[in-house]
Amino acid sequence: MYEFVTGPLAWLAFLVFFFGIIVRVVLYVRGLDWKLDRVTYSVNTSYGVKGALRSVLFWLTPFGTHSWRDNPGFTILVFVLHIGLIFTPVFLLAHNIFLQERWGFSLWSMPDGLADAMTIAVIVSAVLLAMRRIALPEVRIITGAYDYLMLAIAVAPFVTGLIARHAVSHSEPWLIVHVLCGELFLIAIPLTKLSHFVLFFATRAQLGMDYGIKRGGMKSAGINW
Amino acid sequence: MPEGILCNKNKVTTLEQLQALLADKSGKQYYQEMNALDVDAKALWDLLQKTCKSRIRTWLEICTHCGLCADSCFYYLANGKDPKQVPSYKIQSTLGQIIRRKGQVDNAFMQMAMDTAFSKCTCCTRCGIYCPLGIDTGVMFSYLRGLLFSQGFTPWEMKIGTGMHRIFRAQMDVTTEDWVDTCSWMAEENADDWPGLEIPVDKENADIIYTVNAREPKHYPEDIAQAAILFHVAGENWTVPSEGWEETSLAMFAGDWEACKLQVESVYAAMERLKPKRMVVTECGHAYRATVIEGPYWAGRTSGKPPIESLHYVEWVAEALRTGKLKIDPAKKIKEPVTYQDSCNYIRNGGLWEAARYIMSQIAEDFREMTPSREHNFCCGGGGGLNGIGRYREQRNIGLKVKRDQILATGAKLVVAPCHNCWDAIRDLEEVYEIGIRWSFLKPLLISMLDVPEHLKPAE
Repeated sequence: MYEFVTGPLAWLAFLVFFFGIIVRVVLYVRGLDWKLDRVTYSVNTSYGVKGALRSVLFWLTPFGTHSWRDNPGFTILVFVLHIGLIFTPVFLLAHNIFLQERWGFSLWSMPDGLADAMTIAVIVSAVLLAMRRIALPEVRIITGAYDYLMLAIAVAPFVTGLIARHAVSHSEPWLIVHVLCGELFLIAIPLTKLSHFVLFFATRAQLGMDYGIKRGGMKSAGINW
Repeated sequence: MPEGILCNKNKVTTLEQLQALLADKSGKQYYQEMNALDVDAKALWDLLQKTCKSRIRTWLEICTHCGLCADSCFYYLANGKDPKQVPSYKIQSTLGQIIRRKGQVDNAFMQMAMDTAFSKCTCCTRCGIYCPLGIDTGVMFSYLRGLLFSQGFTPWEMKIGTGMHRIFRAQMDVTTEDWVDTCSWMAEENADDWPGLEIPVDKENADIIYTVNAREPKHYPEDIAQAAILFHVAGENWTVPSEGWEETSLAMFAGDWEACKLQVESVYAAMERLKPKRMVVTECGHAYRATVIEGPYWAGRTSGKPPIESLHYVEWVAEALRTGKLKIDPAKKIKEPVTYQDSCNYIRNGGLWEAARYIMSQIAEDFREMTPSREHNFCCGGGGGLNGIGRYREQRNIGLKVKRDQILATGAKLVVAPCHNCWDAIRDLEEVYEIGIRWSFLKPLLISMLDVPEHLKPAE
């Protein structure tokens, strides 16, 4: 079982993930239409590139925009969650040892204590974000089961990973569950709204180009995001 | 497929149709007929498949429902933070549903969608700059209005407005003759005070072609005279076209994209016919948005730009003040506290906030910014065509509260509003809430504080 989930199934998950996100970006870009969107994407390109970069970079910066600054608590939770989601699995020592054994290469690894802290931070942020969905009427009204499912899929590998690592005995069943959760997460990214993993950059760049090329970018220093 | 006599899927292309609509006071019969209007679900779905591509579909799909758009929406704030006013909720429950149901929606749904698209969103696009994923709900509501229009679900005034554009190439029934007559009347009327004042019509190769909002020849001809006086004092070589003088677009508010194209092409034709160097449009936000920002795309111009360089009035004023073409008498500057209404269409969506600041720095001694301001400013409350729609007057008036409170917080009693819709909304908010403010376009203020060269003054 362990061999299967960490072997063929892992290959499948990574294949769906990498191929899927590429397809999502390609389809997004191919679906852009200068006339329908009313943005000359391929004319006035320098304004478009500047607008796109500003739009992505300001929003990638914690407290870099009005919206982030207006909602400090939410901003901290979102950045902690996303940084943890992306960096913990990539730089986890156990994952890199595994990579070295199976595929003969590894990346820099973070200390286990830091990995544990980031894992816990991810779980805590997700719980608080879920509670926010219940507590705030303006968020509750737009929240559905799908939104909780997305949070659950994203956090499950972290919960199960923590248990597998710290379970004194019987860690293998937990390890298998952990690997399965990780694979589910990878597969879900291109197939669900978790696709904002890459489409965040696409939609942010698009709106940045819209403002940069058409909506005032040629007559101002650019939107003060 | 039941279609009303007035409320139907047809475009208004004849004077008879238009007159019949106008005769239906407040659209009583029109809205009654709307209750029986069938939805052509197949046509709706076909249109969606042709026009709703990855940009909008991705916005709807990846919205994480975080709710950050809520506080960005003046309707949400003005309605006591009603969750049903959250932009994400409004668009998901209308356009989102139409897509999920593949166009299989009924009359009641379409009316709900129309009410939402017109009375709960002015397409101010403020939410778009507060969304972490860059989801521009205002753009989607504008698109939704187009879908609704194609099925005949549009407010009565919008149906009339699109008919006006199709028939008169203006949002009101102003003919070429009316327009040209108004220009010569205004030139004559002011000739005594301003010797040599002209409103040159169809002059070729001028430096500036000046275009307006049809409300000016129809209801506020003095605005045209004021523009002429300012060009005259600035020594500009300018003209107005006899045709293609109207820049506004109720068709844009309605989502009648064909009429949008017809309208802007009339202006571009004037530019090409008279070969002026630059175009300047009057103090109107959506006119600039329609003709300079969006228009090139309706007309299929691959450059994304009008045929010639095109300026909003504030750009021309800022330039004239900078270059000294217009000189302000320092003693006549505005002494009292004064604030400025940043229009969504040429400020947030046009990037012209610095020109506005420069003008205020030159004409006012105590300029007070609203909070928020510039590209973050709130809609006046009357944008997106809302000022003119009787059916939604109550919702419009509630929305005005946000602007009222912003103005009150500045302590200013005078609001400079170089946008027809903002000007109207602020006038109406004073009428409804009586907070003791005055409001003005730039032109009359500028004329009152000009340092006029001796040779332009009337002989005693």
